[in-house]
Amino acid sequence: MNLQLTPEGRLKHLLTIDGLPRHLLIELLDTAQSLSNIALRANKKLPLLRGRTVMNLFFEASTRTRTTFALAAERLSADVVNIDVSTSSTSKGESLLDTLATLHAMHCDMFVVRHADSGAAHFIAEHAPEGVSVLNAGDGRHAHPTQALLDVYTIRRHKPDFSALTVAIVGDVMHSRVARSELLALGTLRVGELRVVGPRTLIPPGLEEMGVRVCTDMAEGVAGADVIIMLRLQRERMRGAFLPSEGEYYRRYGLTPERLKLAKPDCIVMHPGPMNRGVEIASEVADGPHSVILEQVSNGLAVRMAVMAHILGAQVPVMEAA
Amino acid sequence: MNRILIRGAHARFPHLGIDRKADVLFEPGRVLALDPPAGAENGARIVNAQGCWLLPGLVDLAARLREPGASYKADIHSEANAALLRGITHLVIPPDTEPVVDSTAVVELILRRAREARGATVHVIGALTRGLGEESLSEMAGLRAAGCIAVGNIGRPMANHALLRRALQYAASLSLPVHLQSVDPWIGADGVAHEGRVSALQGLPGIPETAETLALARDLMLVEEAGVTAHFGRLSTARGVAMLAEAKARGLPVSADVVMPNVFLNEHDVMPFRAAAHLKPPLRTVADRDALRAALANGVIDALVSDHQPHDRDGKLRPFPSADPGASGLDSFLGLGLKLIQEGLLDVTRWIDRAALAPRRILGIGLPELSEGALPDFILVDPGHEERLLPETMLSRGRNTPFAGWVLPGRVLLAAIADRFYLR
Repeated sequence: MNLQLTPEGRLKHLLTIDGLPRHLLIELLDTAQSLSNIALRANKKLPLLRGRTVMNLFFEASTRTRTTFALAAERLSADVVNIDVSTSSTSKGESLLDTLATLHAMHCDMFVVRHADSGAAHFIAEHAPEGVSVLNAGDGRHAHPTQALLDVYTIRRHKPDFSALTVAIVGDVMHSRVARSELLALGTLRVGELRVVGPRTLIPPGLEEMGVRVCTDMAEGVAGADVIIMLRLQRERMRGAFLPSEGEYYRRYGLTPERLKLAKPDCIVMHPGPMNRGVEIASEVADGPHSVILEQVSNGLAVRMAVMAHILGAQVPVMEAA
Repeated sequence: MNRILIRGAHARFPHLGIDRKADVLFEPGRVLALDPPAGAENGARIVNAQGCWLLPGLVDLAARLREPGASYKADIHSEANAALLRGITHLVIPPDTEPVVDSTAVVELILRRAREARGATVHVIGALTRGLGEESLSEMAGLRAAGCIAVGNIGRPMANHALLRRALQYAASLSLPVHLQSVDPWIGADGVAHEGRVSALQGLPGIPETAETLALARDLMLVEEAGVTAHFGRLSTARGVAMLAEAKARGLPVSADVVMPNVFLNEHDVMPFRAAAHLKPPLRTVADRDALRAALANGVIDALVSDHQPHDRDGKLRPFPSADPGASGLDSFLGLGLKLIQEGLLDVTRWIDRAALAPRRILGIGLPELSEGALPDFILVDPGHEERLLPETMLSRGRNTPFAGWVLPGRVLLAAIADRFYLR
């Protein structure tokens, strides 16, 4: 799993939170902290990656994530190429490696990759030419490391002492790369108590052995929580095989104002987006005072800038708030 | 001129009560003499076999040769010869070729190509149902007349209990043995790895234990009811082994095999997304592996198989879930078997039984003889030789192995089956 680290212990790729040393994780959060201040300036660009090329390679449709990666690269003055592969060559039968070879001929420094297969980012990193870094923007159910980093970054801004926190992740953990990466990141930061909440059809086996408390009851799951992370429920899970209906899911696991009252009074509510209002979360909660959902989006930019700068070896100056 | 004298080998044929130094004189198609008198070697080519073992040829109960249907991966000629050169004198093709083995034409095609290949002897399992589908029985009597050694559903899970029940009854009435691979058609159908901690963490769709045990429970009940002789291929779980042991204890005419990767590897070996370890059945837990090893030692599991599934390079050069499942197994079948002896799991006699004799009993083909006039069916092995398994030196066209880089004992110096032989 050390494919993503250089012999000196720096990041060559970011593929997963698994095996990412704690000091490196904290360093990335600190860099993001420093970078977040530039978004507030009139001139938002830093010249750190001038002349470098970042290629956004999305084998799965996505607008939001791709946009934040593109913006992050542009803020660092990199050239950005967006390639939506889901509608192009691979659907014509070209192999993944052929596509990569073709794109590499355009000489880029980093691939930002999203793919429907677990392990795809790892595969691409294994076969990437020397000098090309891979940043995993989500591979199957496996990992979404920048989302996890921005989530723990957001938590840290509100509640810096992780050891004192109870964090509940609610919903479709089984199919969620976000949840997997969050569990690992929160574990690395030694969070006090980690819970996952959902019906057994959406909880993978073996979590208890990792020290995670599994709750099938929502009231038990959110009781006394400092942080509640709601996961997006994919539409296809609702058509009967994993869950009987949206309505029943909302009644059992939807985050409503009443259920939120069971959590700590200063609990924060998070969601990786896009939200299904009225399915996993009530609008009053999503737009309410506990919600930090939009803040997550802003933080995503800083975290992705930090990761890109680190991987491409740029020295980020310490920046004070304006 | 074609006569060959194997001189001074340690002959190990447990079923013949032979475990001693011996000379064997043979020519293609015929054993001429065991311990021929002095002078009989005149004109014969002499193979000095000091320190080597003369053994019954190995038998592989499951090998995909990819023909017909996927000859860009491998073909009968390439694989039957690779098998013989690696000491396997008989191999069995499961019915899930393309088209499937449900007509005499396909059986005849395979057997003709096998004769032309002049490698290991090839046996064919016919499809239990037409197209290995869910609707109608195959013409089992016709398949047998064309040369099928058994019928089965290997490689294709079966959902229709009623049809399976009648297929087993029909096979029983023809006294035709069946080879079943018990896999539930729904549970774990989209899975690519054992459902457990590793798959949960890696986000790989899982194949739970019940994918095997549920189907095995059904199949055992239907086999018992039909009174058919059944071989259960590719068991992968400890619970499945226990169910089989229980069925054997009750006297059911059943047997079972296990594939090499499941004997040596476990769920952790798929990390980090090693496409070569994307297998079906999947690599399961350490406890499952240990139960399979114990069953192999005590005979609850009768046979070792390679479950040879050669792939072209592109088939594995994909992200783990999209890579083609299966491993190329012919090249490592002997070495891994000898490794089980090194590890102390099997003694030599037991290994010969699991890899050579039990499979013949399951197939109903005769055990090798060394008496004058017998058909040659033996191999000469240097057990002291060690070699690193490297994809580039594999003889199968499929180089996809999870054992790449392993140092394995044993080298085949001579392999003889009927009128074909290989001499190193």
